[in-house]
Amino acid sequence: MNIQAIRNDFPVLHQELYGKPLVYLDNAATTQKPQCVIDTIRHYYEKDNSNIHRGVHTLSERATAAYEASRETIRGFFNAKSTKEVIFTRGTTESINLIASSWGGQHIGKGDEILITHMEHHSNIVPWQMLCERTGAVLKVIPMNEAGELDMDAFTSLLSERTKLLGVVQMSNALGTINPIETMVQEAHAVGALVLVDGAQAAAHMPVDVQALDIDFYVTSAHKMYGPTGVGVLIGKQALLEVMPPYQGGGDMILTVTFEKTQYNDLPHKFEAGTPNIAGVIGFGKAIQYIQSIGLDHIVAREKVLLDYATAKAQAFDGLKQIGTAKEKSCVLSFVMDGVHPHDLGTILDREAVAIRAGHHCAMPVMQFYKVPATARASFSIYNTEAEVDALFTALTKARDMFA
Amino acid sequence: MFSLGDLYQEVIIDHTKAPRNFGKLEPCNHDAEGYNPLCGDQLHIYVQVTDANIIEDIKFEGQGCSISTASASLMTQALKGKTLSEFKDLFDAFHAMATADMDDKPDEEVLGKLAVLAGVKEFPSRIKCATLCWHTLKSAINDAAEPARTE
Repeated sequence: MNIQAIRNDFPVLHQELYGKPLVYLDNAATTQKPQCVIDTIRHYYEKDNSNIHRGVHTLSERATAAYEASRETIRGFFNAKSTKEVIFTRGTTESINLIASSWGGQHIGKGDEILITHMEHHSNIVPWQMLCERTGAVLKVIPMNEAGELDMDAFTSLLSERTKLLGVVQMSNALGTINPIETMVQEAHAVGALVLVDGAQAAAHMPVDVQALDIDFYVTSAHKMYGPTGVGVLIGKQALLEVMPPYQGGGDMILTVTFEKTQYNDLPHKFEAGTPNIAGVIGFGKAIQYIQSIGLDHIVAREKVLLDYATAKAQAFDGLKQIGTAKEKSCVLSFVMDGVHPHDLGTILDREAVAIRAGHHCAMPVMQFYKVPATARASFSIYNTEAEVDALFTALTKARDMFA
Repeated sequence: MFSLGDLYQEVIIDHTKAPRNFGKLEPCNHDAEGYNPLCGDQLHIYVQVTDANIIEDIKFEGQGCSISTASASLMTQALKGKTLSEFKDLFDAFHAMATADMDDKPDEEVLGKLAVLAGVKEFPSRIKCATLCWHTLKSAINDAAEPARTE
């Protein structure tokens, strides 16, 4: 794998801030976009821009073909059974809200239990809290240990016939922990619960086969996979999606409309009301192809080398405490430093042209667990280098010295 | 261009490491909670105001970044013994300084030591860290029902 060649695919990386080369280590928030994705979106707006479906003119046919080709690319990438199972949304958050509203509204009642984990992103907490408030269902939380790993014994004992859905993050954006999805799906299915896997952080960094894992709902966002913002996907089992009511009403999700009765469109269109983010979906497809062109196996191996390199440096760094030390983890180095608040680290590193994130990472319960107001987080991607990790630690040394 | 040193001046580092008037004030007749949802900064300000509208004593507690801690520390020092009307003037002057144009010089005559925080205007994501304590004190004095927020 030629990192320099990969870096050359990402125009944004080639700039200086404050006279120093940009070191972008905020990939868990959003990844940068390769030239091919930018070109694809540009080409769509320059040559093919048109509304999709129903149009009989050439541009509409081209736009429709590109949009639906993306659906097929994404189906193949996650090995969904059919493109009917691939629903485009605004992102992971909307995908989860869609399930909570449509499936939850239909299936969840008083006394039912929704089970989530302590390390969920707010987007996999709040929609379920809202559903529980509406229905009288109960939200249960799988605890985690100091390393940031789920307590699997507690998980087993929390499961019961009252559990209707398990919502679990595949890779924690705040800790980097990779959760044992296969085991969890099996155990949840054994009590009759469905499983929603939040793949927002994971999907660009590890292979996912929704059929092999028997995942009922898989959700993720394009922008953490080298694709554009504002577009994501819900992959759901067809049998489940067929009986779920529409999430939103409007154009494209109908077959016929009269004032007396509307007949809904078939899958996947039933869940795609209104003109979608056409350029975004087409760009999403291209981003997936870009990942495929490098190969997820190569990506996994490379990102492990880089994380190990960074972790060794973190362990040797005086006054730095890692937050999240799971055995199975990837791409994320979350930490706090004695005497320097994460927010100050963020500012000081920025002036060294090192972009990290400081804050609660939309996972406040994780911060509460570790009793910290915030962490600093460096998160890696395929285009990051050992030299950039060195730059991070040089900048951290500078920050430590300032407050010494 | 402002450098990091303009933001993290020695005075600020000093107040971060040894915040003045830190702790709970008992008794106090006004107090309020302030919260910066962006970074999780949390602040509690306690103030004892006399019948003559003089800030007799003021303390703060909480956890936050160096800018928010130093700003609160400097604020409590600046306001002890001041009248509520002087507080209002300083509030306005501080706010103006933190959001001023780059070329504007802070009014050191009015602001005194608080002028060391002028550097925040070059760091837009940090302005709220510096102003949180001022908003929180305003809430305390107004006996606001809701915690102060910077947005």
